[in-house]
Amino acid sequence: MRLEYIGLSELSGSLIVLEGVKGVAYDEMAEITLDGGERRYGRVILIDGDRVVLQVFEGTRGISLENARTHFTGKPMDIALSREMLGRVFDGAGRPIDGLGEIFPEVRRDVNGSAINPVSRQYPRDCIYTGISAIDGCATLIRGQKLPIFSGSGMKHNELAAQIVRQARVAEQEEDFAIIFAAMGVKNDTAEFFRRNFEEAGALQRVVMFLNLASDPIIERILTPRCALTAAEYLAFDHGYHVLVIMTDMTSYCEAVREFSSSKGEIPSRKGFPAYLYSDLASLYERAGMIRGRKGSVTQVPVLTMPNDDITHPIPDLTGYITEGQIVLDRTMEQKGIYPPVAILPSLSRLMKDGIGEGFTRADHPDLSNQLFASYSKVQDARSLASVIGEDELSDTDKRYLQFGEAFERHFIHQDQGEERTMDQTLDLGWKLLTILPRGELDRVDPKTLDAHYVEGAWESLGTGGSWSA
Amino acid sequence: MNQERYTIHGINGPVVTVTGGRGLAMMDMVNVGEEGLIGEVVRVDGGTTTVQVYEDTTGLMPGQPVTSQGAPMSIELGPGLLHNIFDGIARPLEVIQEKSGPFISRGLNIPSLDREKKWQVTLSVKVGDQVAPGTEYASCPETAAITHRCLIPAGLTGRVTWTAQPGEYTVEEPLAEITDNRGGVHKLALSQRWPIRTPRPMAQRLPISRPLITGQRVIDTLFPIGKGGAAAIPGPFGAGKTMTQHQLAKWSDADIIVYLGCGERGNEMTQALEEFSELQDPRTHRPLMERTILIANTSNMPVAAREASVYTGMTMAEYYRDMGYHVALMADSTSRWAEALREISGRLEEMPAEEGFPAYLASRLAEFYERAGYVKTLGGNEGSVTVIGAVSPQGGDFSEPVTQNTKRYVRTFWGLDRALAYARHFPSINWLTSYSEYADDLKDWYEKNVGPDFVPCRLRISNLLQEEAKLMEIVKLIGADILPEDQKLIIETARLVRVGFLQQNAYHAIDTYVPMDKQLKMMQLILELYDGARALVARSIPLSQLKATGIFDQLTKMKYEVPNDDQSKFGDYRRQIREALDQVSRANS
Repeated sequence: MRLEYIGLSELSGSLIVLEGVKGVAYDEMAEITLDGGERRYGRVILIDGDRVVLQVFEGTRGISLENARTHFTGKPMDIALSREMLGRVFDGAGRPIDGLGEIFPEVRRDVNGSAINPVSRQYPRDCIYTGISAIDGCATLIRGQKLPIFSGSGMKHNELAAQIVRQARVAEQEEDFAIIFAAMGVKNDTAEFFRRNFEEAGALQRVVMFLNLASDPIIERILTPRCALTAAEYLAFDHGYHVLVIMTDMTSYCEAVREFSSSKGEIPSRKGFPAYLYSDLASLYERAGMIRGRKGSVTQVPVLTMPNDDITHPIPDLTGYITEGQIVLDRTMEQKGIYPPVAILPSLSRLMKDGIGEGFTRADHPDLSNQLFASYSKVQDARSLASVIGEDELSDTDKRYLQFGEAFERHFIHQDQGEERTMDQTLDLGWKLLTILPRGELDRVDPKTLDAHYVEGAWESLGTGGSWSA
Repeated sequence: MNQERYTIHGINGPVVTVTGGRGLAMMDMVNVGEEGLIGEVVRVDGGTTTVQVYEDTTGLMPGQPVTSQGAPMSIELGPGLLHNIFDGIARPLEVIQEKSGPFISRGLNIPSLDREKKWQVTLSVKVGDQVAPGTEYASCPETAAITHRCLIPAGLTGRVTWTAQPGEYTVEEPLAEITDNRGGVHKLALSQRWPIRTPRPMAQRLPISRPLITGQRVIDTLFPIGKGGAAAIPGPFGAGKTMTQHQLAKWSDADIIVYLGCGERGNEMTQALEEFSELQDPRTHRPLMERTILIANTSNMPVAAREASVYTGMTMAEYYRDMGYHVALMADSTSRWAEALREISGRLEEMPAEEGFPAYLASRLAEFYERAGYVKTLGGNEGSVTVIGAVSPQGGDFSEPVTQNTKRYVRTFWGLDRALAYARHFPSINWLTSYSEYADDLKDWYEKNVGPDFVPCRLRISNLLQEEAKLMEIVKLIGADILPEDQKLIIETARLVRVGFLQQNAYHAIDTYVPMDKQLKMMQLILELYDGARALVARSIPLSQLKATGIFDQLTKMKYEVPNDDQSKFGDYRRQIREALDQVSRANS
């Protein structure tokens, strides 16, 4: 028998309240049928005796206290999963929207997932080559990592994410590679941009898309990454795929969480975001990883736009505390016409240290990237000094730093959207750039490594650096 | 025992309200729902009791039973804690993996200690002995380097009326019987329980007089921490908090390490587990895991258990302290614990204070850090718990409540710096914002054990860095070329101190851990060069001539070149310094 509760006792934002309800479990799913036959879905978020509060995914527009009938399904929110999902498009709540019909589920899973036991995790060590020098050289992406892109409105983060998708390779070619694309609150154009990119890369059959566009309901936006990651875990750990998950835009997601929280009347903490935003984001980001004894992996590249380019805003701040590094884009670099506009100094890959060097990429890689960071950070000092006393007054060493900084940005960080550099190209380029500086300045490198790679005048002999020589 | 039947009334995330009677006591441990999820009573209001549940509450229903365990939240203590990894409420993660696979499921009631394993027990008392709290009654080798001593629990005084024969026993089998003064008989086994929120008793606190040697130059030399002290490591993300904590856990000269991953990344715990199993303790040459307890409540594990995890870790640390060991507890990160407090406080609808944190944040932090200490135990031994807490300030801003409140209760402050981390200067401990109040307490120890030269050298190095900071203000405005030669020398020497001494490479076989005598020799060499160079500069010889000899660059690399166990190479460096100085001196005479 199908038990339905007729009518509601309260409506507020996306929440509805029922009274006199029995036998309902926390987090259970409910179907709400309106008088016209329209069906919406909701989830139990609070129980107080026989009073039950539900959040309605599609919003409460058009619902009155009398026109709704609620049926509790007796199970938490789950989605149907199958390998047939590859190549398909779903909405934010995991329902197909490409007109190709329902998928036949091999299994249904709770979208919230469960925590991976730290004992069962496999520590990620396999480098993913992206062919982008700024990433490969200085913030190497590792399979099973969560490495977000911190961007700002109007910067080329989508282009960068798309280039990573097109060019990502691992050392030994294994073919079970899948991409999951979760769009949260993005414009239709952006979703279309990614779709076109996947198509051009011939990857459309390996992509699962979950689209919650800017105009779609915010409650579904909260579900979107959960559905996407449930699908990713399924493909990775049940079927051995190496899954790359692109989630954009995390800022819209967090704002949806805030909107929902305030509609529940919760006590806000920083900038109105709920106190549990950290735990909430962690429950998404921590779903990246590898499991010992299983073949697949889940790698996450979330994209977020920093409000007002502020890295200390709660969203990038909390994200940075959870993720294993970050790639930060910078507006001045963008304005200089550098693509990708990566700000090298704040960018970081935490897993890089164990995935590069002897036996992984190249023995000189750790020293080189360390030295590039150290030298480039001195460029900033030289630049600020030059802005005070003028470039001509700088010491010879400081002038060389200026020259190095320019060349590093123009030739190392900058590359075309279609350009794919091998790891050797990236590393050799790095060494050549370092020869702009006097050898004594390279204090992060082992003397032996320096002997092997530092060739006096290597940059000038290329001819490219000539125009900057002091 | 009352026979009241408690049932679930309402559910809001990890907070569950319970009705059905008035018999539940504050902080009682309860089992909630059909699966028996573990929870703790946090509020009693008439007939309604509020419980925080340490597991995901999905699927709980009103009307389901709640049973009380009749005791406050407590954990099992005994042999088998070392070389193990637990969740926030002391359930062994490896057993959880066997039971539920790679993903953690709910409602697993698993004892902390292995029930099957037999330990080789030696009895330390015989029938007729008078015993008091802290008396050792049995012991067993727990790992190759650590002997586990079982002590009479607090509150029990009496006479031994029965003992088992020495031999192999599990943690539950009785080993001795004590008849107390009122005639009550108590059976003792290898394991016992202790409520996690109650500090374990001790005889008396002793003053802090010995440093915790960490092998990290910037810490041991400039900002030391004493055994039994408390330190905080605040820093924005990417500044290297976890890296520093890992280094301390690996190389500190504590007997036991309790490493608490509180609301941090899963992969970091996996890495700690792997690395600590492979690396050797430099003193015992056994795997580091044999002296380590890992506690993991990763950021996606239940938030209420995060709140409990710091007490779980602290209780284990105190337990080993009472056996007479020096224990170091690394908590990474205390901010996540504070945020868990905030989250639960929000669900309880308490009035928030600063930035949404509950008003009791400061007192909870104080309670926690005050459990650190160098003590005389009930059994008369000396032991210590040193606490090192990482703090993750929001936006990297040290003025936020957790950092500020922590600062009041710790005496060593290692402020990590974003700019240093960006330049890949690690450990990124900023020498201008950091401090250690222990430095004076430890002066005598350094003089006796490292050398009378140590404290003066340390002071000079620290002054050089202060001088440099002042000069850099000027350099930022006018450039370094304008400075007089003696100031250029300060800048050059400070650079040598920063790159050649403070900066330490955790991945370098030699540099990752540096003994105290080597730290002293490195300082002496740097200062020797500085003094020699100062004499040259005083004769109006430009510093550039000395720099041209390459001696500064050479000293920068000495940290990689001199093996820790054979420091004769320092002689070569001393010779090189003299040669370089002589060469410049001769050229100008």
